[in-house]
Amino acid sequence: MDQLNNYLFIAAALFSIGLFGVMTRRNGIAVLMGVELILNAANINFIAFSRFGGMNLDGHIFGLIVIVLAAAEAAVALAIVINIYNNMNTINIDDASTMKE
Amino acid sequence: MDMHIQYSLFILFLPLLAFLIQIFFGKRLPRQGDWVSISAIFTTLFFALIMFISMLTNYNPDFKQEASFVWLDMGEFQIRLGFLIDNITIIMLLIVALISTCTHIFSIKYLEDDIRYSRYFAYLGLFTFSMNGIVLANNLMSMYMFWELVGVSSYLLIGHWFEKKSAANASKKAFLTNRVGDIGFFIGIMLIYNAVGSFAFSDVFSGVSSGLIAGTTLTIAGLGLFMGAMGKSSQFPLHIWLPDAMEGPTPVSALMHAATMVAAGVYLSVRIFPILTPDALLLVAYVGGFTAFFAASIAITQSDIKKVLAYSTVSQLGYMILAVGTGVYTAAFFHLLTHAMFKANLFYGSGSVIHSMHHALHKKHDHHTDPQDMNNMGGFKDKMPITYWSMLLSTMAIAGVPIFSGFLSKDAILAGTLSFAQHNPQHFLLAIFGFGAAAITAFYMFRMMFLTFHGNPKIPDLIDDIHESPKEMTGPLILLGGLSFFIWYTLPNYNPFSTYGWFTDLVKPMNAVVPGNMTAEEIEAGAHHAHYLAMYVSIGVAAFGIFLSWLFYIKKGLSAEVWAKRWGFLYDWSINKYYFDENYDKYIYQPTLRLAEKIAWIDWELYDKYFINGFGRLINWVSKISGKIDYDFIDQIIVDGTGKAASLFGRTFKKIQTGKLQNYVLYVTAGVIILMVIQSF
Amino acid sequence: MDYILSLLIWLPIIGMIVVAIIPREKEESIRITAAVTTGIQFLLTLILWYDFDSQDGSMQFKEWAEWIPSFNIAYHLGVDGLSLPMVVLTGLLFFIGVFVSWNIKKAVKGYFALFLLLNTGVMGVFLSLDFFLFYIFWEVMLLPMYFLIGMWGGPQREYAAIKFFLYTLFGSVLMLVGILGLYFACGKTFDILELTRIAPLALDGMLWWGISAIKVIWVLLFIGFAIKVPVFPFHTWLPLAHVEAPTAISVLLAGILLKLGVYGIIRVNYGLMPDGVYWFSTALAFLGLINVVWGGLCALAQKDLKKLVAYSSVNHMGYSLIGMAAVVAAGEANGLNMKAAQAGLGGAVFQMFNHGTISAMLFILVGVIYERAHHREIEGFGGLASQMPVYTGITAVAFFAGLGLPGLSGFISEAMCFIGAFPVFKGIVIASTIGILLNAAYFLWAFQRIFFGELNDKYSDLPEINKLELFTVIPLLLITLFFGIYPSPYLDIISSTMDSIINHVISLSTYASM
Repeated sequence: MDQLNNYLFIAAALFSIGLFGVMTRRNGIAVLMGVELILNAANINFIAFSRFGGMNLDGHIFGLIVIVLAAAEAAVALAIVINIYNNMNTINIDDASTMKE
Repeated sequence: MDMHIQYSLFILFLPLLAFLIQIFFGKRLPRQGDWVSISAIFTTLFFALIMFISMLTNYNPDFKQEASFVWLDMGEFQIRLGFLIDNITIIMLLIVALISTCTHIFSIKYLEDDIRYSRYFAYLGLFTFSMNGIVLANNLMSMYMFWELVGVSSYLLIGHWFEKKSAANASKKAFLTNRVGDIGFFIGIMLIYNAVGSFAFSDVFSGVSSGLIAGTTLTIAGLGLFMGAMGKSSQFPLHIWLPDAMEGPTPVSALMHAATMVAAGVYLSVRIFPILTPDALLLVAYVGGFTAFFAASIAITQSDIKKVLAYSTVSQLGYMILAVGTGVYTAAFFHLLTHAMFKANLFYGSGSVIHSMHHALHKKHDHHTDPQDMNNMGGFKDKMPITYWSMLLSTMAIAGVPIFSGFLSKDAILAGTLSFAQHNPQHFLLAIFGFGAAAITAFYMFRMMFLTFHGNPKIPDLIDDIHESPKEMTGPLILLGGLSFFIWYTLPNYNPFSTYGWFTDLVKPMNAVVPGNMTAEEIEAGAHHAHYLAMYVSIGVAAFGIFLSWLFYIKKGLSAEVWAKRWGFLYDWSINKYYFDENYDKYIYQPTLRLAEKIAWIDWELYDKYFINGFGRLINWVSKISGKIDYDFIDQIIVDGTGKAASLFGRTFKKIQTGKLQNYVLYVTAGVIILMVIQSF
Repeated sequence: MDYILSLLIWLPIIGMIVVAIIPREKEESIRITAAVTTGIQFLLTLILWYDFDSQDGSMQFKEWAEWIPSFNIAYHLGVDGLSLPMVVLTGLLFFIGVFVSWNIKKAVKGYFALFLLLNTGVMGVFLSLDFFLFYIFWEVMLLPMYFLIGMWGGPQREYAAIKFFLYTLFGSVLMLVGILGLYFACGKTFDILELTRIAPLALDGMLWWGISAIKVIWVLLFIGFAIKVPVFPFHTWLPLAHVEAPTAISVLLAGILLKLGVYGIIRVNYGLMPDGVYWFSTALAFLGLINVVWGGLCALAQKDLKKLVAYSSVNHMGYSLIGMAAVVAAGEANGLNMKAAQAGLGGAVFQMFNHGTISAMLFILVGVIYERAHHREIEGFGGLASQMPVYTGITAVAFFAGLGLPGLSGFISEAMCFIGAFPVFKGIVIASTIGILLNAAYFLWAFQRIFFGELNDKYSDLPEINKLELFTVIPLLLITLFFGIYPSPYLDIISSTMDSIINHVISLSTYASM
C-alpha cells in the first residue's frame, strides 16, 4: 500500500506543479507545459491504480489514450500559440483578449 | 224585457249620451248645445215620471224587478252587474231626474256668459248618469263604481271655475275626503264578498241571514260600507268637504250637494240597512245625531248664505243617518225625499239672490264686495218677491212648521229617535241631539231669511239694481216651493199631522236580517207610540227657534253682537267651524306631506345615494384595491421583481467574467477544493 | 302561419338591417322603415290574438328546433294566455313608440336600429320557452337600452344608463346562476316546459348547503326579476332611468320592460317552484304593500312630473304583487278558494297590461308638455287647462285611470288584486287600501298644480297637443276605456291559462296540503 501512496504523492506533486504552471504563467508555451504535467500526473495515477487496484490493462490503455490526447492537444495548442504570435506578436495569453467585450 | 228595466236603461244612458255629445261637439253646436242636455234630461224625467205613475197605479209595496248580466268572468270568479228596481229606486230616480231637470233649466241663465258653458252641461250629464247608476245598482260592486264616478263629476263641477285657487282646492278636497270614505266602503265590500261570495244585495242579505257572516266581522263590514256613506253624505268627521264644495256653481250645489249626491250616502245606508248589526247601528246613530247637532251649531254664525245652507245640509243629512241608526230608516228615506225638494229650492233661491247681487255689483263695477255675504244684503223682500216667497215656504219646511213637508219627515225621525231613547235610556243623548238640532235649525234658517230679505239694505245704493231673476230661474223656484207643502207626500190623505199616505204605503220597512235587531214592526210601533210626544216637542222647539230668531233680527230685542261677545269662545268656535280645517291641515295633511317628503328624501338622497350608490362605491373601492394589488404587488413586485433579480444577478456575476483563462482555472480549482472540503464532512 | 312567432321575433332584426343599409342622411326613410316594421309586427300580433284559442290553457303556436344539442339547448317558442297580451302590448307600444320618437334629431339611424334591436329582445323574452334562449334575449334587451338612455337621454344620461345597466346586470347574473342551478339539478335541460314538469318534483327535498334548493333558486330568480318589476328595495334605478330616458324609451320601459319582471316571476318562479310560491307568498304580498305605500308617498313628494309618474309605476306594480300572492288562496290550507286565486292572479296579469297602457299614456303626455315648456317642474306650470283644453282632457282621463277610477281599466285590475288577496292576506290588503287614497292624492294634487289656477303668463302661447301626439295617445286611451267598461275580452284570453297556472301551483306544491 505504501507503494501506491508514493505514486500518488508524486502524481499529486506533479499535478500541483502543473496546475501552478497553468495558473501563474503568462507565456502560452509555459501554460501548455503545465497542462502536459497535469496530464502526465493523471497518467501516473492511471498506471498506479491499474497496477495496485487489480485492474488488468485498463489503466494502461487509458494512459496511452491520454498520451495520444496530449500529443494532439499539444499540436493544436501550439498551432494556436503560433497563430497568436503571428497575429499579435506575443505569446502572452493575457494580451490575447480581443474576445472580451 | 220588463218595461221598468227598459226605461231604466234609457234613464241611465241618455244623460251619458248627452255628456258624450257635449264633450266632443258641444262648442260647435248652436247655443253651445245646452238643448241637447236639456232634451236628454227631460226625456229622462219623462221616463222617471212614467215609472213613478206606474208605481202609484200598481200600489204594490213589494214591487221588485231585478236584471243582471255577467260583466266579468274568470270561471269561478264572476262579477255580475245589474239593476234593482223597487219603490225606493223609483222614488229616488224621480228625485234625481226632477232636481237635475230643474238644475239644467236654472243653469241656462245662471251660467249664461260662462266660458265653459257646454262643458258645464256635459258634466251635469255625467253626474246624472253616475247618480242614476248608484240608484239602480243591485250589487255593491256597481254601486261602488258609480259611487266613484259621482265623486269625479262632483270633482269636475266643484272645480268648474278652476282659475280660482279656492275652487281647485275644494274640488280636490271633496274627492280625497270621499276617497277616505271609499276605502272603508271597499274594505266592507271585500269582507262581505269574502264571506258571501257575491256582490248582489239579495245574495248578501240571504248570506247574512244564513249566518255566512256574523258578529264582529259583520259589524266591521257594515261600518266599512257606512264609512263610504259618511264620506258621500259628509258626516262627521268627514264633513269638511261639503262646505268647501260651495265653490261650485250654485245650481250644482242644489243638485249634488243638497239633493242627490250627498243623499247617496243615506241611500246606501237605507239599502244596506238589513245587514247592519245593533252595534253598527248604534255608531251610525251617534255619528248622525252628533253631525246633525254639530253642523247646526256651525250654521248659526256663518254669514255666507251658501255656507249656511251647506252646514244646514250636513245637519239634515245627519238627521237621516240618525234615523237609519235608530231603525226608522223609511223615515230617513222620507226625509231624503222632502229634503231634496226644499233644500234644492233653498239653494236655487240663494242662487237667485247671488245672481241678482252679482249683476248689481257688476253694474257698479264693484268686484270686491262678496255677493254671497248676507252682511251685504237685507230688504230684498219686495225686490225679489218670487224668490222670497218660494224660499220662505222651503224655510218653513226645513224648520219643521206644520203643513209643510219637512215637518212630517222630521217628525217621523224624531219620533223614531225618541222611541229609541225611551227603549234605551242610556242613549238619551240621541234625542237631545235631534231636538236640539231642530231648534237650532229653525233659528238659523230664519236668521238667514231675515238677514237676506228683511230689515234695511246694508248697502243702500245697491238695492235699486236688485231685480227678480228671469223666469228660467223662478220656474224651478215656484215648482219646488210648491213641493214644500205636505200634501204631495201624503196623498190621498190630507191630515197635516200624519205621514200616512202613498209613501208610507209603498215604502215598507224591511226586517233586518241580522239576529238581535228589533223587527220592523217593533220599531214602527215604538215610533208610533212616541209620535205625539215627538210632534209636540218638535213644534215647540221649532217655534222657540223661530221666535228667538225674530227677537234677534227683526225685533232687535236681543243684540246678536252682545250675545256673540257674551259667549265669546262658543261663537269663536262656531264661526271658525271648530277649527276642523286648521287642525286637519296641521295634524293630517301637513304631517302626511312631510312624511312623503321624508320618505322621498330617504328613498332618493339616503337609500339610493348612499346605499345603492354606496354599493357601487364599495365595488369601486374593492376594484381599486384589487387593482392596486394586481399592479403594485403581483405585477410590479413579483413579475417584474423576478426580472430585476435576474438582471441584478447577472450584473453582479458579470464581474467575475474577467476573460482571463487562468482566473477561470483558479475558480474551478477553488470550486473543486470547496467541493472536496464539503465532501469530506 | 306556422312560423308566426319566429316572424314576430326576427322581423325587427330585418328592419334593423334595412335601417343599417339606408344612408344616414335619409332620416325620413329610416323612420318610415321603423314604422312599417313595427306596424307589420303589430298586425301580426293582432292576427295571433285572433287565431289564439282562448279555451286552451297550454302553449300554442309552438316552434322547436335543435340548437346546441350537446347542452340540450333548443330554439323553442310558444305563446299562452299569460304571454299573448304582453306580446300584443309589445307590438302596440313599439309601433306607437316609433311615432313618439318621430322628432328625435340626434343620430336617427342609430336610434332606430337600436330601437328595433330592443324590440327583438323584448319579443324574444316573451316568446322563448328555452331558458338559454330566454336569457340571451334578456341580455339582448339590455344593451340597446343602455345606449338609448345613455346617448339620447337627458342631462344625467350617462349616469342613469350605467346605473340601469349595472343594476339590471346584477339581477341577470343572479338569474343566470339560478338557471344553471336548475339545469344541473333537474337533469340538464333548459326547456321551460320540461322543467315545469320536472322541477317541482326534482327539487323537492333537495338541500344545498343545508338550505332547501327551492328557496335558493327561488330567491336568485326572484331578485333577478324583482329588479325589473321593480320591487322595493330594488327600485331606485327606475326614477332615474325614467327621468333621463327619452320619452319613447320611458314609454317602453314602463309599458313593457317592467312587465318582464312580473311575467318572469309567474312563468318561471310559479311554474318551476310551486313550493316556493307558498313559502314566499306572504313576503310577496308584503313587498307589494311596501311598493304601494312607499311608491305612493314618494310620488306625493315629487316635484318633477316625470319622476312622479315613475314612482307611480312602483306604486302600481305593488298591486300586481299583492294579486299574484293570492294564488295560494286556492290551496287546501286556505279553503280551496278558487275564486280568490282567479281574481288575484287574473288581476295581477290584467294590472300588468293596464299599467302598460296607462303608464305609457302618462309618459307620452309628460313628453308632450316637456317638448313645449322644456321643463317638468310641477310647480312651474299652472292654469294650463284654459290654454290646452284637449291636452287637459286627455291628461285628466290618464290621471283618473292612474288613480283607479271605475270605468277605466286600472280600477278593475286593482280591485281584482285586492279582492283576490283579501281572504288570505287580510291585514296586508287592508293596509294597502291606503294606496287608493295616495293614488288619488298625488295625481289630483299634481293635476291641480299643473292645470288649475290662473294661467302662467309664460305659457300663454303654448301650442295645443298636435295630431301626431294625439295619434300616439288616443289608441291607448281607447284601450283603457274599453277594458274599463268591458274587460271580458281580455279576461277570456287569460282565464284558461290562469286556471292552469293555479292548478299547477296548487297540485304540485307539498305545502298546499299543510
